[in-house]
Amino acid sequence: MNKPEIRLIDDNGLRVDGRRLDELRPTKMEVGVLDKADGSAYIEQGKNRIIAAIYGPREAHPKHVALADRAVIKCRYHMAPFSVEERKSPAPSRRELELSKVIREALETSIMSELYPRTSIDITIEVLQSDGGSRCAAITAASLALADAGVPLREIVAACAVGKINGKIALDLSDIEDKEGDADLPVAFMPKSKAITLLQMDGSFTEEEFNQALDMAINACEKINEMQIEALKRKYISVKEQAEESREVAT
Amino acid sequence: MTIFAEKKQLVAPGELLAEGSYFPGENTYREGNRVFASRIGLADLVANKLIVVPLKGCYVPRVDDFVIGRVVDIAMSGWTVDISAPYPALLPLSETPAARGMAPRKDLTRIFNVGDLVMAEVIAFDRTRDPLLTVRGRGLGKVPSGRVVHISPAKIPRLIGRKGSMISMLKKVTGCDIIVGQNGTVLVSGRQPKNEQIAVAAMLMIEREAHTRGLTDRVSEMMSRELR
Amino acid sequence: MSWTPQLPPVAKIEQKTIVDLIAKGRRVDERKLTDYRDIKIETGIVQKANGSAMTHLGKTKVMTGIKVELGAPFPDTPNQGVLTVNAELVPFASPSFEPGPPSEAAIELARVVDRGLRESKAIPLETLCVEPGKKVIIVFVDVYVLDHDGNLIDASAISALAALLTSKMKTYELDGGEVRVKDELLPLMIQNEPVAVTTAKIDGSMILDPCLQEELVMSSRLTVTSGRDGSLCAMQKGGLGAFTDQEVRQAVRTAIEKGKEIREVIKGATSGR
Repeated sequence: MNKPEIRLIDDNGLRVDGRRLDELRPTKMEVGVLDKADGSAYIEQGKNRIIAAIYGPREAHPKHVALADRAVIKCRYHMAPFSVEERKSPAPSRRELELSKVIREALETSIMSELYPRTSIDITIEVLQSDGGSRCAAITAASLALADAGVPLREIVAACAVGKINGKIALDLSDIEDKEGDADLPVAFMPKSKAITLLQMDGSFTEEEFNQALDMAINACEKINEMQIEALKRKYISVKEQAEESREVAT
Repeated sequence: MTIFAEKKQLVAPGELLAEGSYFPGENTYREGNRVFASRIGLADLVANKLIVVPLKGCYVPRVDDFVIGRVVDIAMSGWTVDISAPYPALLPLSETPAARGMAPRKDLTRIFNVGDLVMAEVIAFDRTRDPLLTVRGRGLGKVPSGRVVHISPAKIPRLIGRKGSMISMLKKVTGCDIIVGQNGTVLVSGRQPKNEQIAVAAMLMIEREAHTRGLTDRVSEMMSRELR
Repeated sequence: MSWTPQLPPVAKIEQKTIVDLIAKGRRVDERKLTDYRDIKIETGIVQKANGSAMTHLGKTKVMTGIKVELGAPFPDTPNQGVLTVNAELVPFASPSFEPGPPSEAAIELARVVDRGLRESKAIPLETLCVEPGKKVIIVFVDVYVLDHDGNLIDASAISALAALLTSKMKTYELDGGEVRVKDELLPLMIQNEPVAVTTAKIDGSMILDPCLQEELVMSSRLTVTSGRDGSLCAMQKGGLGAFTDQEVRQAVRTAIEKGKEIREVIKGATSGR
């Protein structure tokens, strides 16, 4: 039995949260939010609230996982029990294990791991609230955290998902759009290398729709990358401005 | 040949520094005709070499570095020392002054024990082997006392200053003895706890504002204010 | 099975600096022996949770999320709701935390926070019964330690309480054998404010709210949780050292007094929601 299709786009072409089809959710990024970790970043994208943090390069534990010619990258993606509508058990689910793998692979290409053989670079991502597209927001935060930690990177990786709702290609699906929509395509992208490091899809796309969706995703990743760089520099710029300004006041 | 970044400009990983036949120095990499930054830091051009002075990053040992490390384990013929690097360092018994004429079964803990802090020099390191240390040399050996401060290793050059100018100023103004390890571990000892506290505050200020201009004057002013 | 943990990564002379300072009545961060670090509480960050609170105790950061759901009661308490407390030491909170099932430290943390809430009867479980023997309300308290700079127990207890005090839940009614859910949100009823106060013993001196450096040097700690009328609801001694009975009595006295101050801070940060 077909259930009635939920209207995700109204007569004015606006989505449930008032966005246009090609609009990103309001996004806020902050770097260096934790004291102990070597690098960290916090992201709010729509209702997503995610912290990513890095330890490393450091000694690999256990010793046998160490690689002779490069650093081992470890990645853990985990959702807090209170991050979703119905409380989730804290034990890692199969989905979290799969996402840990694809996120690691999305980030690993960007890391110059050959500079630190026999060490480990540990990425931990904790989702405090999830509302669709959390794996992309997680990659965006984790890559920023790697840069904050001073891990040498080819570039910072940005990620965004595109989907299909009520037959139309839409950017950055929220949770309800993902659940009620027809397709979901998360993408991670390195803008300078023009390299796609994460690509997953579920649902149904024609080839033409897919090409259109991919263009939209790449475009969004370029914008997100600019936000990442701004967030990374912001901390240093504000310290600089405060410090140099106080000097002028004193003289 | 074009340079896209200004001297001392804050650059992020992946940002384009220059196009042309520039040599990619530390914290940069070359792809085809272009040189990019690989770390967050301040861009600079030294001779024909593009470099990025990093604002963050772990300590990578270099031969001849002076380091202050903590003994974490005792092995058959030496000690494992934590020098805050991604690799544990080894201090062999043969690299201590006491080694000469020492019976092979003598108790190693009589020289250094777990938890001791040692001043050492890196004598060997490459990425296929863990760093090797020596304490044979003037001013090297066990640290008997003092206050320990941990500073980000990327900020140590700024703490030392050009030709040691910054660290000399700190020592002179506070009257404290300050020994700086390249690995970010710093030892402070002064006669008054207040002077030690001010020296520590100055170091933390330098760590936070290493990338700003006019730092030397601001640090000097802060210390004079606190000493009054 | 429990085994002796690794030695803390601190040099002997660093330990000596802390001990010498404390002997002079001062601490590494300039606090007095009985001072707490700055407490900052942000509530409502996770809207999908029934309640949430991010607590900063100095540089220690703990986030607690509350979820309120319908479930089955325990067989031996068929007419009572269920309180369950879980704690996670997130791997990025400390270089020594590793991913995996909860460690003994995480379990101890959860159980001490749980005891404080349960024994103080902060949540009246008898009022959380919807259909006796079949359906009751389950309150999930998930404590997430995000940044470890010492005294996780006190920070977690503050975080859990603040999250509970600002939690809202739907109403569940039994109507002719079926449970009806009303979407209207009402505050979760909380009738006590248990506060945990931890005293650390360092070389014979007793200090409150140890920061990480001090924890690495302390011989043992004593956590005392008290309720709003000063009555004691939970205690936990941790660490390898020992306390004299005089020290224990003094710690209890101090905890009750300090608990009052901290209670006011928590109430101030959570009122009017």
